[in-house]
Amino acid sequence: MLGTLQRLGRWGLGVFERLGRGHLFLLQTIGCLGVIVMRPRLVIRELHSVGVLSLLIIVVSGTFVGMVLAYQGYITLVRFGAAEALGTAVALSLVRELGPVVTALLFAGRAGSALTAEIGLMKATEQLSGMEMMAVNPMQRVIAPRFWAAFLSMPLLAAIFSAVGVMGGYFVGVGLLGVDGGSYWSQMQASVDFHEDVMNGIIKSVAFGFVAAWIALFEGYDAVPTSEGVSRATTRTVVHTALAVLALDFILTGLMFQ
Amino acid sequence: MVDTRGPAPETLRSRRPDDAKEPLINSVDHNRPLVEIRDLHFSRGSRKIFDGLNIVIPQGGITAIMGPSGTGKTTLLKLIGGQLRPDRGQVLVDGQDVQRLSRAELYRLRMRMGMLFQSGALLTDLSVFENVAFPLREHTRLPERMIRTLVLMKLEAVGLRGARDMMPAELSGGMARRVALARAIALDPVMIMYDEPLTGLDPITLGVIVTLVKRMNDALGVTSIIVSHDVAEIAAISDHIHLISGGKVVESGTPAELETTASEWSRQFMQGLPDGPVPFHYPADAYEQDLLGGA
Ligand SMILES: Nc1ncnc2c1ncn2[C@@H]1O[C@H](COP(=O)(O)OP(=O)(O)OP(=O)(O)O)[C@@H](O)[C@H]1O
Ligand SMILES: [Mg+2]
Repeated sequence: MLGTLQRLGRWGLGVFERLGRGHLFLLQTIGCLGVIVMRPRLVIRELHSVGVLSLLIIVVSGTFVGMVLAYQGYITLVRFGAAEALGTAVALSLVRELGPVVTALLFAGRAGSALTAEIGLMKATEQLSGMEMMAVNPMQRVIAPRFWAAFLSMPLLAAIFSAVGVMGGYFVGVGLLGVDGGSYWSQMQASVDFHEDVMNGIIKSVAFGFVAAWIALFEGYDAVPTSEGVSRATTRTVVHTALAVLALDFILTGLMFQ
Repeated sequence: MVDTRGPAPETLRSRRPDDAKEPLINSVDHNRPLVEIRDLHFSRGSRKIFDGLNIVIPQGGITAIMGPSGTGKTTLLKLIGGQLRPDRGQVLVDGQDVQRLSRAELYRLRMRMGMLFQSGALLTDLSVFENVAFPLREHTRLPERMIRTLVLMKLEAVGLRGARDMMPAELSGGMARRVALARAIALDPVMIMYDEPLTGLDPITLGVIVTLVKRMNDALGVTSIIVSHDVAEIAAISDHIHLISGGKVVESGTPAELETTASEWSRQFMQGLPDGPVPFHYPADAYEQDLLGGA
């Protein structure tokens, strides 16, 4: 009994300590964000490895999600004789919800885990200490550019995801299920609102980008500098990002509902 | 043979804005201490690593720090570089308490220190050339041609000019160490800390590196702190040797002093004899008991 309490207490303290370190880390990172002005090249290079290399998985998944949405939406809509509204249904689901969320989940698996592993290994092989001793601040040279890259690429990737999803929906709805092509687009145009719908999606993906970047970088930076520590940190990045994104999605959707 | 100095030091130094205020890099005064360690205490978890360590390292000399594996020599270098905080006591570098410095001041100090990591610590995503160029690119605004010249000179000094396009993963352990050395001297620091510079080097390279260290010391007045187990090679070039064990300095003096007059302890260590007062084992329970599984 007492032992359990003790363990619980120690666990709780550990969690709070990590949370504290995580927030300190975030503050330090924010302090170094000026790097985008001073050394944009560093950010651009990371944008390439974080964003551009995630493009393929985003495009492929977006297409398939759009195609599935068209099938599923069609089944419901055709019962009410509203099959022309398929464009609206696909576009709204993607822009408001699936685009940001699925992109963030894929991002955690593709780019977030890679960032964690990279930084964790840099720590394990003393590259970060080495930089420190060369009077180069790793927060500024390594962390901040990657933070920017992850933060900036998330909304862009989510937009691409939604766009190709809409195309996938068109292919299935119009090409295979025989929905009228003109009404697919016109209904979509008429009922997807920029402020109500698109903006909400963008806000979500910006928030997800921030959280995903923070978690991935912190896990790497805080990893136990051994191969086991890095592998654990990588797993944690994927799990924690997924949970954080889903929780945040619920909160943001609730807030935007009014 | 190779020239490590090159035309650059003056140019480089004058680029550092606060140059005039820094007494460190002007004339070398062999009596002035550059690093002073006073009553240093440091622990890792419950294990005490330093227990009242005192060392003074004079400017412009080669000081060797030796001791059994695991006594905390690497830790000591990290304390001098301000990467770790002592529990008690002070580390003064050029009169400044390393622990009290702000980040900017600490970085300014580190710009004049080179450190060769035991593991090399090369940046794995950069080529050999870019690794050596890294400190130059970060801290100076030298034109590309100048950087190229400087980098090639440093690589030539460690005999790896031909390996400039290789990636760190393609290097052998000894080669990586030499690239790391070239990088450590890229900014022409006034003080260099070498953590095991000679391990994994073949006898020829070893000779070249030892000569290089010696020449940088003689020609440029660089203060060198060498942590090494290669007793004979290092003793041949060093001015002072400190032997540390059990968290304290157990013996210090010139190589000659340690050879002749010193205690049984240092004789055993310097000559590598298996029997004597120096413990070979990390502290443990009695061997028989351990083998019997405590049964
Ligand atoms: N990150 C760490 N966490 C906990 N203990 C550590 C850590 N790094 C080193 N130690 C401990 O500190 C002691 C000193 O380590 P250090 O690396 O300074 O030894 P060393 O004198 O450089 O040894 P060697 O000659 O083998 O390189 C060792 O006993 C080691 O167990
Ligand atoms: Mg060591």
